[in-house]
Amino acid sequence: MNAQTQTSAPILAVEHVAVHFGGLVAISDMSFEVHEGELVSLIGPNGAGKTTAFNVITGFQRPTKGHVSFQGTSLDGLKPHEVTGLGLVRTFQRTSVFEKITVFENVLIGLHRRTAPSLLGTFLGLPGERRAEAELREQAWEILRLVGIEHEADELGGSLPYGDQRLLGVALALAADPRALLLDEPVSGMNASETGRFIDLLNRLRAKGTTILLVEHDMPMVMKISDRIVVLNYGRIIANGTPSEIQNDPEVIAAYLGGGVKNA
Amino acid sequence: MKQVFPLIALAFFATVPLWLQDQYYLHTLVVAGIFMLAAMSLNLLLGYTGQLSLGHVAFFGIGAYVSALTSLGFSLSIFGVQITHEPWPPFIGLILGALAAGLCGYLIGKLAFRVRGAYFVIVTISFAEVVRLVSLNWVELTNGPLALPGIPPLTLGFDWTGYVTLWGKAQNYYLVLVFIALAYVLIKRLVQSPYGRAMIALRENETLAVSVGISVTKYLVLAAIFSGALAGLAGGLYAHYIQIIDPMIFMFLNTVTMVIMVITGGKGTLAGPIVGGLIFGLAPVVLRNYVGPEVQWILYGVLMILIVFVLPEGIVPAIERWFNRKAKPGRKDGSAAGGKAADRETGQGGSTLALASSGKVNS
Repeated sequence: MNAQTQTSAPILAVEHVAVHFGGLVAISDMSFEVHEGELVSLIGPNGAGKTTAFNVITGFQRPTKGHVSFQGTSLDGLKPHEVTGLGLVRTFQRTSVFEKITVFENVLIGLHRRTAPSLLGTFLGLPGERRAEAELREQAWEILRLVGIEHEADELGGSLPYGDQRLLGVALALAADPRALLLDEPVSGMNASETGRFIDLLNRLRAKGTTILLVEHDMPMVMKISDRIVVLNYGRIIANGTPSEIQNDPEVIAAYLGGGVKNA
Repeated sequence: MKQVFPLIALAFFATVPLWLQDQYYLHTLVVAGIFMLAAMSLNLLLGYTGQLSLGHVAFFGIGAYVSALTSLGFSLSIFGVQITHEPWPPFIGLILGALAAGLCGYLIGKLAFRVRGAYFVIVTISFAEVVRLVSLNWVELTNGPLALPGIPPLTLGFDWTGYVTLWGKAQNYYLVLVFIALAYVLIKRLVQSPYGRAMIALRENETLAVSVGISVTKYLVLAAIFSGALAGLAGGLYAHYIQIIDPMIFMFLNTVTMVIMVITGGKGTLAGPIVGGLIFGLAPVVLRNYVGPEVQWILYGVLMILIVFVLPEGIVPAIERWFNRKAKPGRKDGSAAGGKAADRETGQGGSTLALASSGKVNS
């Protein structure tokens, strides 16, 4: 499968991206590609530049050098909401849900990209707008059922258990109708059974053809589900390959995984 | 029950002129109602997008001046070009006033929402001050401190219905009541639509809102336009009711009054500015009967501080929560947790309750 997708044009291409914060080099020179339907993991020690890479790809951070393109469209200078508008949607490590709004309303907000309301129709309360609103609510239920938190629809986002908040964060991103989904440490803070449920969810998304780029510290999970792994260290890519290649890469072992990789 | 309540309130207020004979009280209610409209417009910005406009009186005053000048007519020369405007019907003035204020909302929004938060507050204050100085110094147009007297009252009707000129207090009372009801319905539809949800999302967590594809400028500017236009409409109503306006209309105190109405009533709730408007529109008049003016202002201040301390989210969210707890005692845990979550950041706490409960009503 991998050999096949490599030959097609990449859905996401990161070319020679560098990010400098004053004198600090967060990313020195990063290039990698993600192909349609692939699940690629971006790993590396803390401070390696993973989240910065996410910020650059999604328009939250301007790169000092380099380009990012999505489905052949250059993302240079696009604002975050415009990047999302192209179908490239991310989640966040921390600020993942609207805490003081119910779970259901959270997802309704996430569905923003699928709405096309008219101001006049809204003010007049036209039946078309009401029908669209009813359809939107149906879609919100579907997404809640997909991630498995529909029983908590009436709770406030911030009152959910931590693992479910992460799921709600993913639900928000899914609501935005992603072609490619960028997940920033989605299972951090989850216990083993929650992580297991999350892997099931990822598999369901992949079955629907969603491309996924994952930043994650949970090595067993990364090794289990990734098609390909990109390893970052000190702002540069030190390895790019399949999980087994990465596990046996001497530079990765030295820089990051350490001697215990065989047991991981 | 929740949906019936606004109708009951509307029916009650519709009967007020029938049994309230004291014209002075009726006058107080009309002015309170006009400020309520202004507070509702401020609530759209402050309550739903979370942006504090401390120059809101500018929109109000622009609406008042544009409406007054349109119906009075004026003649002035700009760079040697003589411009003369013949008086138009007051109702057209009212509409033009709202449009002009909406346009100002657009411009301020475009300008100020690049930098939000404290900068927006500063820009709006400066804007109000600039407008005040213009109204004070452009004597040829505005009469400056000498005021614009003799503004005609509103005339309603068409050629085929005949015309009614609203001279009386009761007539103006009903006019303001109709506008409040209309504004209430329109704001309700707006904030419960995808537009309103986008605004609330930006208030709650801008980064997250942007990440699901919500454009910051689009929705904040949209809110500023509607907010400005509604405040301008309130200003126009004020001008035609009081029939004289001067630059004092741009007093900072007027903005503060609107902000207090919104915050004590409950920002980000539909009924908040109405409840706050009633309390702070009527408090001075009610207190006047019992205590001297000095004590009265002190009590006014104490009342405000008490409300803000005891009910930091405002009156309406507190009542709603109490009501919800009564209504479904079986779900005590959920509402208690909700209350706690809302209390954690009292600054913006209550606002979501309106959204949350409205969702339940519709679903």
